Amino acid sequence: MAEPRIAVVGGGLAGLMAAIRVAEKGGKVLLFSVVPVKRSHSVCAQGGINGAVNTKGEGDSVYQHFDDTVYGGDFLGDQPPIKAMTANAPRIIYLLDRMGVMFNRTPEGLLDFRRFGGTLHHRTAFAGATTGQQLLYALDEQVRRFEAEGKVEKFESWEYLSSVIDDQGVSRGIVAQNLATMEVKAFPCDATILATGGPGRIFGKSTNSMICTGYAAASLYKQGASYANGEFIQIHPTAIPGEDKLRLMSESARGEGGRVWVPKKKGDTRAPRQIPEGERWYFLEEKYPKYGNLVPRDIASREIHSVCYKHEMGIGGGAKVYLDLTHKPREVLDKKLGGILEIYEKFVGVDPREEPMQIFPAVHYSMGGLWVGYETKADGEMDMAHPRTHMTSIPGVYAAGEVDYLYHGANRLGANSLVSCIFSGDVAGPAAVAWAKGLAKGAESVDKAVFDREVSRMQAEVDAVAARKGGENPFKIVDELGYLMLSECTIVRTNDGLKKARAKLDDLQARADKATVPDSGKTANQSLRFAHQLPYLVQLAKVMVDGALARNESRGAHYKPEFEKRDDENWMKTTMANYDAKSNAPSLSWVPVDARFIKPRPRTYGAGGS
Amino acid sequence: MSSEPIKIRIKRQSDAKSPASWVDFQIPYRPSMNIISCLMEIQKNPVDAAGKPVDPVSWDCSCLEEVCGACTMVINGRVRQSCSALVDNIRKENPGQPISLEPMTKFPVVRDLCVDRSRMFESLKKVKAWVPIDGTHDLGPGQRMNEADREESYHLSTCMTCGCCVESCPNYNEDSKFIGPAAISQVVLFNSHPTGKLNAGERLDAIMGEGGITDCGNAQNCVNVCPKSIPLTTSIAKASRATTTRMFSKIFDT
Repeated sequence: MAEPRIAVVGGGLAGLMAAIRVAEKGGKVLLFSVVPVKRSHSVCAQGGINGAVNTKGEGDSVYQHFDDTVYGGDFLGDQPPIKAMTANAPRIIYLLDRMGVMFNRTPEGLLDFRRFGGTLHHRTAFAGATTGQQLLYALDEQVRRFEAEGKVEKFESWEYLSSVIDDQGVSRGIVAQNLATMEVKAFPCDATILATGGPGRIFGKSTNSMICTGYAAASLYKQGASYANGEFIQIHPTAIPGEDKLRLMSESARGEGGRVWVPKKKGDTRAPRQIPEGERWYFLEEKYPKYGNLVPRDIASREIHSVCYKHEMGIGGGAKVYLDLTHKPREVLDKKLGGILEIYEKFVGVDPREEPMQIFPAVHYSMGGLWVGYETKADGEMDMAHPRTHMTSIPGVYAAGEVDYLYHGANRLGANSLVSCIFSGDVAGPAAVAWAKGLAKGAESVDKAVFDREVSRMQAEVDAVAARKGGENPFKIVDELGYLMLSECTIVRTNDGLKKARAKLDDLQARADKATVPDSGKTANQSLRFAHQLPYLVQLAKVMVDGALARNESRGAHYKPEFEKRDDENWMKTTMANYDAKSNAPSLSWVPVDARFIKPRPRTYGAGGS
Repeated sequence: MSSEPIKIRIKRQSDAKSPASWVDFQIPYRPSMNIISCLMEIQKNPVDAAGKPVDPVSWDCSCLEEVCGACTMVINGRVRQSCSALVDNIRKENPGQPISLEPMTKFPVVRDLCVDRSRMFESLKKVKAWVPIDGTHDLGPGQRMNEADREESYHLSTCMTCGCCVESCPNYNEDSKFIGPAAISQVVLFNSHPTGKLNAGERLDAIMGEGGITDCGNAQNCVNVCPKSIPLTTSIAKASRATTTRMFSKIFDT
């Protein structure tokens, strides 16, 4: 076989790292992205990247990072991959440093590290408060170098539509659509790595970019791939409410000393700085003296939700609390948090160095995603070189980054996503090359009919959407979908609410299947593109709701007041969803969590001094 | 006054070859709207100001927090990101006037407000805007850096390749080969990096020929429109000095 041809779909951190590793291993990369890769959603990551480099004299260790991640994920994460990720995190940070990432420095010129949620150590390397952007740019630059050498070919403004699967069930390439010309075309490839990010659009407004629809994952799920732990959606405690999106206010604001509070007096109308210290309720510090404002995100979000809704103590009786940095010196804030404070200033029109910010939780990240497997070695460690490691349930298709489910269990710790994205790309790239090299025949010698039939299927689907008449506008339907999912499938879930939501999803599915494209254009028809995606988004919403409905316990981001305790006996299991065409809905099954290294223990974060 | 419907004029064209024309829209006002939320309204209810159905407007956007650069367009004659263009502020600047939206003029139009900025990414390739590492295998940490130098470089590395600088530059257009301020500033960024500077000569060579740094006419518009306040003219001055030094050293070395 000639040099392996690997399709990498998505140009965020995971996709770019995978592309670099494939190119290094001698493969040819076809890199697909809906936007120029430099504009991928990874740019939105702010606070930093975790790695137990231990340069602060705190006795931090890789094992401690591993333990914090497993405990933070409420023992739902498979442990060999988490162990491998945390062991490789220091190496990854050093690699990024060598690539030229402008990480903040200590007086000795070493990398600086800050505090983040769910740990008591300074473990988070950062570049101002635009760390994701800086990391993405570093990888983008390396990929551009390979592009100049002819090892990477970019297809920007192309959207992945589906995988080409042969009669043996093996992936042989992808079908993609040019978003300018709307052409639908097959690209034969020996392996595919999906690095397409999260499904924020399903929740209407979130901290995600507009391109994070979840379509690619839903499309592969409909083609037979298993989707794991879909019900685990991270709600970030601190976001800036907005008209068009909910902008993230990084956990690093609390890592650098930001304090969350509300006035002790209900309905207090004084300006926040007029309220004396003794009349403020620092509810996180009070309940969690050890971790304070840096409890993990699921806990902080639940507490804020409860303050606003159960106690009705939100600012002015509404759904907002203060995030206060005004006690910190201006120059420290500018140096360490400049990027995020500018966002607040620009979009809210208030200087957060002078006035406490007003924030509320928002949908942020999906712990769940496409199921991927991993092989282990005799000592129980993940076998990173094995071709089946990071492969989805469709042979030849890999998943990496937020679109996979592998590293965060029931709740992701802040600053662990950048490391999981890069690490998963680092593993999936070489694994895909190993798979391609082991194929008896490459994609180039597969019968042309295999590709033609998938192009026809997708072209017919797109054409049918374009030809619909009399239905609703897809952008109106997605608003309803978002509202429904936000109300019933986020911080607090009840079986009653979920059942109603599930029934409503059937209705939305029927309407999404009939949505009409109000655009007659032949070029860059964004309404057509979205109308085509929408029914897939509803399919994925069903996976989330069904998973949540079945899981009668509370664990990490999944919280049911009716079942307030974590139930390891029955539910220390990964939810597997597979598309069932007959019912047009997911069929669920469960597999035990691989907890071979760390025994589960109660997850309290020292609440109330316990 | 402020809660009156928002009047927007959009310069539209259905594809690269079609002629452009202005279409008026009227959008119900809501507090804290930005230009993106106005365009989203048109997407949901594609009718012009007279209520006549029209094709929805195509535009590029992604992060909506001014960190990806996608949604750059010309708003009331000024190039900027449409996500951070808040309706209240724009109406305060030009009370009673409709808001005009146009695609950037220095790039081929794909449709409506979407343009193709690949020329900017090609420029990054030309100036070799990367640190040529030996490989991704473990070689330990990079070189130590002084925090003050780091801070200066960090500022340069926040460039989103959005195109504001070249849109405002009188010397950058489809007839000129000028590489533009963004790429020149990247040369300065990589040439000041502890290991990036090992290949400084290659990057300087890339901006010494046709379309290089001498094509800058010193209009200084770039530095005024950069959304990240990158000191582009300072970068150009630095690159200019470095290329001059290199030119002389090449003459005297041969």
